[in-house]
Amino acid sequence: MIRDHFRIMKVDLATGKGQVMTLEGRDQVGGGSGLAALIYQKFGKPDAPWDDPEQPLIFAIGPLTGYFPLMSKTVMAFKSPYHDQYAESHAGGRSAVALRFAGLDALVVTGKAARPSFLSVGSSHLEVHEAHYLWGMEVQAVGKYLRRKIPGSGHRSILRIGPAGEQSSGMACVNVDTYRHFGRLGGGGAMGAKNLKAIVIQGDGNFSLPEGKAYAQLFAEVHQQLTKTKMMQKYHNLGTPINVAVLNELQALPIRNLKETGAPDINGITGERFAEDTLLRNVACAGCPVGCVHLGYVRLRFHDDHRYFFRQVSYDHEPIFAVGAMLGVTDCFRVLQLIDMTEKMGLDVMSAGVALAWATEAVEKEVISEQETIVPLKFGDAQNLETALHHLGTGANDFYRLLAQGAGKAAAHYGGGDYACVLGQEMAGYATGEVFFVSQALGFRHSHLDSGGYSFDQKHEDRDIDKALNFLIKDEEGRVLLTSMVSCLFAREVYKETLLADCLKSLGYGTMAEQMGELARRVQRLRWQTRLATGYNPAQVKIPKRFTEITTWKGPLDQEFLEALRLRYAQRILELGQEKAPEEA
Amino acid sequence: MKILTAPLMERCIGCHSCSLACAREVHHRLSWDTAGIRIRSSGGLSTGFEARTCLACLPAPCVEACPTGAYSQRKGGGVIVRKKLCIRCGSCAAACPVDAVYIDSTGEPFVCLHCGKCVPFCPHDCLEMADREAMSTSSRIPREVEMEEAS
Repeated sequence: MIRDHFRIMKVDLATGKGQVMTLEGRDQVGGGSGLAALIYQKFGKPDAPWDDPEQPLIFAIGPLTGYFPLMSKTVMAFKSPYHDQYAESHAGGRSAVALRFAGLDALVVTGKAARPSFLSVGSSHLEVHEAHYLWGMEVQAVGKYLRRKIPGSGHRSILRIGPAGEQSSGMACVNVDTYRHFGRLGGGGAMGAKNLKAIVIQGDGNFSLPEGKAYAQLFAEVHQQLTKTKMMQKYHNLGTPINVAVLNELQALPIRNLKETGAPDINGITGERFAEDTLLRNVACAGCPVGCVHLGYVRLRFHDDHRYFFRQVSYDHEPIFAVGAMLGVTDCFRVLQLIDMTEKMGLDVMSAGVALAWATEAVEKEVISEQETIVPLKFGDAQNLETALHHLGTGANDFYRLLAQGAGKAAAHYGGGDYACVLGQEMAGYATGEVFFVSQALGFRHSHLDSGGYSFDQKHEDRDIDKALNFLIKDEEGRVLLTSMVSCLFAREVYKETLLADCLKSLGYGTMAEQMGELARRVQRLRWQTRLATGYNPAQVKIPKRFTEITTWKGPLDQEFLEALRLRYAQRILELGQEKAPEEA
Repeated sequence: MKILTAPLMERCIGCHSCSLACAREVHHRLSWDTAGIRIRSSGGLSTGFEARTCLACLPAPCVEACPTGAYSQRKGGGVIVRKKLCIRCGSCAAACPVDAVYIDSTGEPFVCLHCGKCVPFCPHDCLEMADREAMSTSSRIPREVEMEEAS
């Protein structure tokens, strides 16, 4: 189980057969992000389009997955329908631990099934089942059918797509175990293009541990730090939605398509309000004692005679920002209803909400009309916005099909590009300023998690390009190390390099522990090389005008600083992609 | 002797820390199966979680069913398992009325030993070591009330 190589399962959906393979490179790339890039370089087709059947879908875990708490994430890598380039998306749930217990460092899916299918894999089985009856089904319903068909309650992970994924939408997510997602950059569309409705991973193997007591002792110490100190409290108390009020106060919350950055009506959708009014309970990813997943509820009356149904809906800062603040929906139950619709459709809630915010402003400015949107769109009109999310998920007409490829693409066709809140992809929920905007616009995943630009904006008043640039590169390097292990990034304050080294050593990865810095830099380069090889040119990324029009607590945005940082960061990314590893130089 | 109880499973978040701790600390395995306590969701995560663990029967039907004496009655409820005597017949698992015994692919049985090593790893205090005699329904009621008041 603790291996000096990688053990991967490569499945060809066209034949329904798989192959267990051994890959070298453990000490060089660790796993997760590093392993995914290594696998794409080996099996990917950088020059072929994203929906070429031979393009691989990669699910990779790391050397610490399952062995330590919060080492609970899986890295999904694929060529993205959103930008037709190499992409990563990360999710938790049970996927990572299930892969570990299935005895795999990575699952690689290639080929296209002749008919809609699902894949089931475990420590001692591999099956591709024809499943035409699941096609068209909403995400929750697919989960229910598969739970009935595949045994292993509690010890399996069910990854599935909704109607959006079947439409090859650039904003289709892969739902993981109901409440988690490989959200961004259209991983669900990549699955749909393979006729693959779902993947069930059964964690049904068990493995020996290192001899002696050192490993168990270290585990207990880490567990203690994570549960008995205040370090993780913000994640399980109010959770990430604590940011809503904080950012609103700072004038750094994107509201109504970023026309505003602070507004009094946001008080209806703060983390405090969600917790007091809607929170039912928390759940956790497997192997994480923190339990950051917050479940609220939607309760709907469907008959005059007091007949109701209810559903549990997970919420976080990003969904609340995307379908709440950005759409001007300021009632927490209404927000949960909109999140729930994106869940049914299998849409990435962030991309969908922000794209719809652009459409809503475009309607306001009469750039598009009901002819395109089918229903009238207005900020705050939750009912019609919910219908619009359904149209976006099902690809109801040409307009919604184009919007599902990104607000930028829709704006290029209809106009209104100045206010399409796109930073590489639809923006994340931080209007903190120049460093965050550049970080997301150019960053590897176009995610607020590539590097903490939003945090840098809040901590630094000066506009020092070198300092900001060094931060972006160094912070990315640190995060790449964690996503190669694969840690939840919420644990980044706990898993500092010394502790990571101790963890690796306790499992026998002494060489890796001693060369973590080199490993991180190598993976950082490898990821950029892989992305650049699929056509990315960071120098061409534009930051729409709307971002330059905002005012935060620091005052108006500094356009000169933004532009200078954008150019320098683009240059640095290109250099990183061209750098040779020390051993090759 | 105290036994392991899971009186507050409504608080469970499904992190599997208890199972992983049992496998790690008691059975020296990396697994969520080869453990004396295993967490299941019933009908998906939205319905909550249940713990599959030994209810400390006294007398225990698995002891009765074991043909080689590998299982013997533990004082206070539950069983003592001597793996050296086990012939991997699976009779213990078949006899258990609550599916508390896990049999791995080699036929080795895994059941709770009521050692309590999992308890400190539960972040929500769902688990507790208790005397069997104190396990009456009435003893639970004040606990629930206190919990509500505290919240």
